[in-house]
Amino acid sequence: MIAFVAVMCVFLGAAIIATLWAVVMRPNVFDRIIGIGAVGTHTTVLLAFTGVLFRRLDAFVDIALTYALLNFIVTLAVAKYITTRKAA
Amino acid sequence: MAVLGAILIASGVFFLIAGTIGYLRLPDFFTRMHAIGKSDTLGALLSLLGVACLAGWSLLALKFVIVALFIFLANPTATHAIARAGLLSGLVPWTRKDGE
Repeated sequence: MIAFVAVMCVFLGAAIIATLWAVVMRPNVFDRIIGIGAVGTHTTVLLAFTGVLFRRLDAFVDIALTYALLNFIVTLAVAKYITTRKAA
Repeated sequence: MAVLGAILIASGVFFLIAGTIGYLRLPDFFTRMHAIGKSDTLGALLSLLGVACLAGWSLLALKFVIVALFIFLANPTATHAIARAGLLSGLVPWTRKDGE
């Protein structure tokens, strides 16, 4: 089971790196924000998997919950901030 | 329980990677959000429920279910907020050009 979760962690890490590369390369600010939101969701799942790998699920579930909350708040705040801005 | 958790985790990671491919390949902001908003929500839900299955019957599994439910509610809300911001600031949805 540990090896299986480790392989899933590698897949998720590759997806995160590809998304971050696209976020850096793209000019449109809205594209960047949904990319950052996707990276946050992936990272929440990755934190849960890390808890399985380290056998410390009780600690990592709180970190994952905090990360999910922060990700949601960041996305909402930035969406509110750029609502009246001209599209790039 | 471990087999069920492994199946859930594998399907969840499949949906997360499908969302990433959609974000990289699709032509326009709204279509990319169509890929990200739904695949990532389902993928995170399935993966976290799989980890909850690995944790067994305990308070820990309940906490993972709470995280999954929070993502299930919050992710579509955030997607809707960004789509509204994009539409209000004048982004035009992608349409097929003549001859394509």
